[in-house]
Amino acid sequence: MPRDDFVIRIGGDTALGGIISTGENFTLAAARFGFHTFTFRTYPAEIKGGHAWFQVRISHRPVISIGDGCDVLVAFDQEAYQLHREDLNPYGVLIYDSDLVHPEEDKGITLYGVPFQRLARQELEFVRGTNTLVQGLLAGLFGLPLVALEEIARQRYRRRPEILQKNIEALRFGYEYVKRLEKRDGFWLGAADRVARLVMSGNEAIVAGALHAGCRYFAGYPITPASDILEAMAAELPRLGGVCMQTEDEIAALASAIGASYAGVKAMTATSGPGLSLMTELLGLASMAEIPVVIVDAQRAGPSTGMPTKLEQADLFHALYGGHGDFPRIVVAPGSVADCLRMTVEAFNLAEKYQCPVILLSDQSLSHRTETLEMPDVAALPVVDRLRPEGLAPEQYKRYEDTESGVSPMAVPGLDPQTYVAPGLEHDEHGHPVLIPSVHVQMTHKRFRKLETCRREIDGPEFATRYGDDKATLGLISWGAVEGSVREAVERALAKGYRVAALHLRVLNPLPLDTIRDFLRRVRKVMVLEVNYQGQLAHHLAAEVGIKPIRVNKIGGLPFTPGEVLAKIEEVVNHG
Amino acid sequence: MADSATTAQRPLEALTAKDYRSEVKPVWCPGCGDFGVLSATYKALATLQIPKHQVVVVSGIGCSSRSPYFMSTFGLHGVHGRALPIATGVKLARPDLTVLVMGGDGDLMAIGMGHLPHAAARNIDITCIMMDNQTYGLTKGQASPTSFLGHKAKSTPYGVFARPINPVLMALASGATFVARGYSARPNQLAQLIVEGIKHRGFSFIHVHSPCVEFYNTYDYYDERVTDLPPDWDRHNLRAAIDLALTESQVHLGIFYQEETPAYDERLRQAAPERKEFELRRFLEEKHM
Repeated sequence: MPRDDFVIRIGGDTALGGIISTGENFTLAAARFGFHTFTFRTYPAEIKGGHAWFQVRISHRPVISIGDGCDVLVAFDQEAYQLHREDLNPYGVLIYDSDLVHPEEDKGITLYGVPFQRLARQELEFVRGTNTLVQGLLAGLFGLPLVALEEIARQRYRRRPEILQKNIEALRFGYEYVKRLEKRDGFWLGAADRVARLVMSGNEAIVAGALHAGCRYFAGYPITPASDILEAMAAELPRLGGVCMQTEDEIAALASAIGASYAGVKAMTATSGPGLSLMTELLGLASMAEIPVVIVDAQRAGPSTGMPTKLEQADLFHALYGGHGDFPRIVVAPGSVADCLRMTVEAFNLAEKYQCPVILLSDQSLSHRTETLEMPDVAALPVVDRLRPEGLAPEQYKRYEDTESGVSPMAVPGLDPQTYVAPGLEHDEHGHPVLIPSVHVQMTHKRFRKLETCRREIDGPEFATRYGDDKATLGLISWGAVEGSVREAVERALAKGYRVAALHLRVLNPLPLDTIRDFLRRVRKVMVLEVNYQGQLAHHLAAEVGIKPIRVNKIGGLPFTPGEVLAKIEEVVNHG
Repeated sequence: MADSATTAQRPLEALTAKDYRSEVKPVWCPGCGDFGVLSATYKALATLQIPKHQVVVVSGIGCSSRSPYFMSTFGLHGVHGRALPIATGVKLARPDLTVLVMGGDGDLMAIGMGHLPHAAARNIDITCIMMDNQTYGLTKGQASPTSFLGHKAKSTPYGVFARPINPVLMALASGATFVARGYSARPNQLAQLIVEGIKHRGFSFIHVHSPCVEFYNTYDYYDERVTDLPPDWDRHNLRAAIDLALTESQVHLGIFYQEETPAYDERLRQAAPERKEFELRRFLEEKHM
């Protein structure tokens, strides 16, 4: 039976053109036709040239992870072949430009040599259509109906009929060319359900979530891999009566977002590690003055400038602990593209409810990978607004009233008559600067009490998802974009008879302590998986719940694959 | 009973300068120039009769940056140097509010200098009142970017080796659309400058000499040198304003320059007037399906 769930990887020098777009187009066409897709891309940090690659896992069943290695490798040049050959799975397929790539004899795989560029130039007189031809070829080889690709081309070039015609020809040529190859591999897509689904990246989902949550002010400074959030907000917000501004630096970005939120408009900024470092002083202000604000950190490999186009989950310490003085902040981390949308809405809701900064940790892989997802249920995404001092006489109003929940009503300039000064200085309940010890004690407790109230709200399955065996002996704890790989590994381990379970955390501060303790009580060994060197979540858990987990860390700029997680599970179960 | 015409002329609840004063007492030293700037600000707001809850005063760190606490309006006492971007956020989010920035030479010309050209170039509709005492008063007497060359302060025992930054010149060069200078010892004139600054639609920069009696008493220096603008001053001539800002023998007070050009929020609304409600489902269908 042919394999109907497989990974296609496409690689080549960006100077050849269309490496990434070959994959993106093919993915979009497949998803529109009802297939489920999960992409991953990485590109050079250089401005022009350099090796880029893209991969899509595709199936007629839902896919939740990047998959293992690749099953089909499309090599546009020799470098692509050399870099990715070792990732090609046994019985895989190598499709290569036979003028540029010279593969070694290879018994385990199926080889299809096609002179992509020469065909495009000689047969079509359309060198720029090389990648379009390859899309047609892939469709023909693996069973994606040509109409799916033609539909995308029609949409894209609807105002340029000549170019459209050229592209259609290239698609058809590639599709028909398959007849000249003798199909002898084991991959064929099954029948798709033809249900149109969303195809989105993590960054796009964050934008949608923010707009739904009521964000109407965005400020940002360009930085990889967060810049496309700024660009999308710049396009969308003005139409909605909102404001998006590119600022002179990240400091100004967060400063102006805090100003906007103080003035009653929900506000956000998005950055990566270097920007978060610059914003740190203002995080303390937002927490001290109790001003809601959302900060997205699309993590990249650090430290310093690090590897801007590669992922890492290494900003957790900074998000949890960065800044001077004791101050509460909330840290959330989505696990998938769908979760990016939901957790961004939650980030705004938590910021509004608890009047403090909320940091949403995404990462480069999640920022730019696309997934197919179902239309979210809007009713399940309620939007919360901050508490206001309605009906209170201005003389009675205390902006920083020491309440049971820690939350006090926040007046909005121009709309509420209860004026106050939001202070960076320690202050009494009115917000007046008071620098005496007892007041600092009282107000520090008040501010941190909000986190305890928040902890009660998030301590449950909605923010800490458990997968696997109820009677598991081995427990995995994970956070962020590795969720799909962990979940898939657990499913595969269960199928092999291993007793494992996983707990995936979506809120990292405050931690859902009861849920974590309950999970820990029921397993004998615990493994914490994360893409960083120091084991940052493992550290945090050691401090908060006193465990010494087995640390499974990966660095190097690539995400965990389900196979890697499964191998770790087997290693721990079989060899202790 | 007063008829409506009388009420309109003389509102029963007309705001006075005192109404803008908060219950918090200023922490400044007796004789500090900042008292004069603060009372001029109260007076300007009373002149314009702006309701207290429609005013937001944003500041950074320093003696003068304590100002918001002494006012009964809304305020935000932020972090060092970031008053301008915070105020930018307030104003862009809520163009209906009157937004003032009050800060010193350290806050606006040192740590926060990087934000001034951008707030000016964007023509954000805020009024920035810079209280210049040429020293760091709150940290007790170190040199500042506007200290005179050779000034011996605690942090510069051999004298300051940097030439003083010229705030008026800086604001003019940055594209500020309203640039004025006042003196804390002339609060009535200063109040009028603040009134004009607030009325100006765009970025208003008001440089105020506000001496520090404790660490850098320059009252005699400025009393001798301050003078009004030349007669028939044309405030729409940028080159002439720059020349005047470069004058060292005298310290001119008044409105150096003013230019009418749309503020950032006006340009934004002109470019994107459409205003529709966001509907998640429709958005996702249009963009991502």
